[in-house]
Amino acid sequence: MPHMTAFARNQWYVAAYSHEVGRELLGRTILGETLVLYRTEEEGTPVVLHDRCVHRRYPLSEAPTRLDGDRIVCGYHGFTYDTTGTCVYVPGQKRVPRTARVASYPVVEQDSLIWVWIGDPALADPQSIPRAGHLDSPGWVTVRGMEPIDCDYGLLVDNLLDLSHETYLHGGYIGTPEVAETPITTEVDEGAGIVRVSRHMDDAECPPFYARSTGIEGRITRWQDIEYHAPCLYLLHSRIAPVGVLPEADGSDPNGFHTEITYAITPSGDGKVYDFWAVSRDWATEDAEVTEFLRGNNHTVVMQDVTALNLLQKTLGSERTGYQELSINIDTGGLAARRILARLVEQGEKPVEKVQ
Amino acid sequence: MTGLPPAAGPREIYRIDWLPGTDVLHGTCHCGREHTAQDPVEMWEWMLAHPQGHATGEPRGNGS
Repeated sequence: MPHMTAFARNQWYVAAYSHEVGRELLGRTILGETLVLYRTEEEGTPVVLHDRCVHRRYPLSEAPTRLDGDRIVCGYHGFTYDTTGTCVYVPGQKRVPRTARVASYPVVEQDSLIWVWIGDPALADPQSIPRAGHLDSPGWVTVRGMEPIDCDYGLLVDNLLDLSHETYLHGGYIGTPEVAETPITTEVDEGAGIVRVSRHMDDAECPPFYARSTGIEGRITRWQDIEYHAPCLYLLHSRIAPVGVLPEADGSDPNGFHTEITYAITPSGDGKVYDFWAVSRDWATEDAEVTEFLRGNNHTVVMQDVTALNLLQKTLGSERTGYQELSINIDTGGLAARRILARLVEQGEKPVEKVQ
Repeated sequence: MTGLPPAAGPREIYRIDWLPGTDVLHGTCHCGREHTAQDPVEMWEWMLAHPQGHATGEPRGNGS
């Protein structure tokens, strides 16, 4: 019985980082919909089309399919599509069938992310996309990556909403005993679909991830403030400082180290999710050694999650008669996220379209 | 730097504090009613039952 969270349609999802989309065709699958991404030649505008030629379903993201200017030429029989997905050429005849078009998807490039709307295009509102300005703001340096995981996206949401797992799964990297021991507060903004989970550690061991990058010796005050904009964007506002050092009365915080940890949780298919991860900092921004250390260390941490979640999905899938879970206080935020997702799934459901 | 534009209309905020030094969860519904429990599943059930069990004068729940 594979673990499966239903998909929430009529939502924006991160399909790629800006730097991944160019004049090479890029294939991605989101909510089971196959997409091909590229940029126009002159303006560099991102284009997202359905990744199947209308003729014989050849994947348009695969060679020898190619771009001819802003048009995409199917590598199988030459069916050619413009940026709106309209077929403008078929081989050997003048008449292009009126039904010859592939779906085009609303797309927004913002904060170095390519957001794609999956659902009814008429409902797509770019203003509703949550922001992650630190990803490309001056004064910030970001390391990033993406790992596909063979697990239900709900398992990744669970993982990220309950950071007590850092103590056990990521010990020696970002986990210390205090993470699992410190109580959390959970807040749900129902209308905005945001779950906030905060864990403020007054006196904690400094994990190697921060000790080696900041140079702080000794114990720290460590704050973790999660802001999950369901379904896709997860922000972890991290503040660390030498123990007892707090922000100033005027709100400034010259002695705190602020790190923004960003995830985009993009369901790919049943039991598959894209794990986009990024670590942004506004300190030691000129220090290339710190950049490389954070890149390597965080990649290791992400891969620990990937390994664990691949295993968990397999394990849940091997349960023959279903299973029960046990939730405790640490799960308060994760449960809130599940409920918000269930509501978004319900809102996004629509009558099943007939397949012609 | 991050987050959504302010939502139109009144905000519905649910809050659950895990009281330091205890196993107790303390919940506050958007209507202002409060509840304590030692099980997050039970806490969310109470929270989402709003307005049932949340009216002034009704006994405050105390889950476990």
